[in-house]
Amino acid sequence: MTIEQLTTAPTGAGVTEGGAVQRCDVEDLLYLEAQLLDDWRLDEWVQLYTDDAQYIIPANDLPDPAPDRDLVLVNDNKFRLLARVDRLKSRKAHREYPHASTRHQVSNVRILDQSGEEIAVSAYFTVWRFRNGRDDHYVGRYDYRLRRTDGNLRICYKRAVMDMTVLRPTGAVSIIL
Amino acid sequence: MGPAATQLIVDDPDRGVFRIHRSALTSPQIFEAERDLVFDRCWLYLGHESEIPAPGDFVRRSVARRPLIFVRSAKTGQIRALHNTCPHRGATVCRTDSGNGKVFQCFYHAWSFNTDGELVGVPDRQGYGPAFRMEEMGLRPVAAIESYRGFVFVTFDPNAESLVDYLSGARDYLDLLVDESESGWEILKGSNQYSIDANWKLLVENSIDGYHAAPTHDTYMKYLSSMGIDVAGGLAGRGRALGHGHAVMEYKAPWGRPIAKWEKQFGEDARPEMENMRSRLVELYGAQRAEVMAEINRNLFIYPNLIINDIQAVTVRTFTPTAADHMEVSAWHLAPKAELPQARALRLESFLSFLGPGGLATPDDVEALESCQDGFRSGGVEWNDISRGMTREPKATDEEQMRSFWRRWRQQVSPQREVVA
Repeated sequence: MTIEQLTTAPTGAGVTEGGAVQRCDVEDLLYLEAQLLDDWRLDEWVQLYTDDAQYIIPANDLPDPAPDRDLVLVNDNKFRLLARVDRLKSRKAHREYPHASTRHQVSNVRILDQSGEEIAVSAYFTVWRFRNGRDDHYVGRYDYRLRRTDGNLRICYKRAVMDMTVLRPTGAVSIIL
Repeated sequence: MGPAATQLIVDDPDRGVFRIHRSALTSPQIFEAERDLVFDRCWLYLGHESEIPAPGDFVRRSVARRPLIFVRSAKTGQIRALHNTCPHRGATVCRTDSGNGKVFQCFYHAWSFNTDGELVGVPDRQGYGPAFRMEEMGLRPVAAIESYRGFVFVTFDPNAESLVDYLSGARDYLDLLVDESESGWEILKGSNQYSIDANWKLLVENSIDGYHAAPTHDTYMKYLSSMGIDVAGGLAGRGRALGHGHAVMEYKAPWGRPIAKWEKQFGEDARPEMENMRSRLVELYGAQRAEVMAEINRNLFIYPNLIINDIQAVTVRTFTPTAADHMEVSAWHLAPKAELPQARALRLESFLSFLGPGGLATPDDVEALESCQDGFRSGGVEWNDISRGMTREPKATDEEQMRSFWRRWRQQVSPQREVVA
């Protein structure tokens, strides 16, 4: 199944050019993203992102940073996002080889604004990570901006804002949130 | 039962033998002893002056697991470190991460203190007898606080030597860093607060270990290559002991440096200004020192638990054991107050892609250290080998830096008390 089929299959109707996007369309995309990440199908996952996409994880103590001025944990453009995918697939990302079992749970999905070219979405996440007998969790809020491309929704911006005040005890963010 | 602390290290330079008994990294008794003999005796990094620039600014911070308030006096502008515990009944008085104010008020019984720690208000003061003296009931300062060129340290030992004496040969390296920028340096907003299930001394070793860079961080090296940085030559340089346990790994690398080594990663636009920066360094410090400042990367270790990496970005990282097999790590990003946008962009990019716990390298280090700690549990091997480079002029990929740490550690932990592992 191609990404296009995966993206459009669940709702059948897909996203029509110019028509209003429904919450269920957004949910389908976010749930698909969660599944691709949990299945470690990272090549397919990264196709959900536009070429100018940005993926950000702020530092725990600065949830709303200016990434061109402040310290953040992750600030990937598509180039670095692809490097991250290559790394995670390489068997040399030592904290993720063998891969952790993860479960990305997405809820509280809301379309905040779709008056412009991009659709602003907010959602809550709980990401569970299990490996070597230990379990970690990441809890927080996603800020997305989505764009219609060729009848499909694509992600042009994703920010995962963690609720935990520190990154202890997880130690690192070695997976994609 | 392992050997006594005096026998935890085998150090035989003639034969090129340097071994650490693994109980130094696993024993709860040694962890307990380190609190008294290392962390209560040394100068420990508290923070950077730029974090509290204005009178009344404060930051809540824990040093060696002791809750402290790092504050600039609203009255005098002096920097202070106060124990964050109410002298009355113990509650932590400052309960926000940072801010600005004139008074800290304990929420428990509403005693209030000014930013010098003096007790300035007690509800129903008349309830206390003649022995109660306001001036004796202030927030307690730490035994000593001193700053060296913006880096603020505290010690809990009233008999400690001065900070300048303590820093010993590490001072020159702090000077090299601080002198790079005429605009001064500041800690950027946002910090990394993570933890590692490993003994804290493993992070000392890892932070000044050039040998692991190529194999452990293979994917990061590939990432650099994909950006056109030729890393095939590896890290050419040396490791040095700097006295008092401090050490440095200094090396040339193929990447550019925001001050002031232009490479094409900065773009042609930035080139003239970066060349001007270089000329300015030559003007101020002479050609030789300017070249060292601009060309050489430095991983500086200040005993017992401070790392200042001056690579493409400057990291300030400190870590504290909470058990023999667990540590808490805090890291900040230090950057010049004024610089080219291209240089700042490279710093930020470098920090998060290499040095941060969400990057393309640090998770590998966390995994490596936890893997070592797990391996120790096997018990099948008693000693770690730290002898690399012992019989030659030590290179950056050798282990002289680590031996500097361990020799000082042995001096501190061994003679005063017999610790049985």
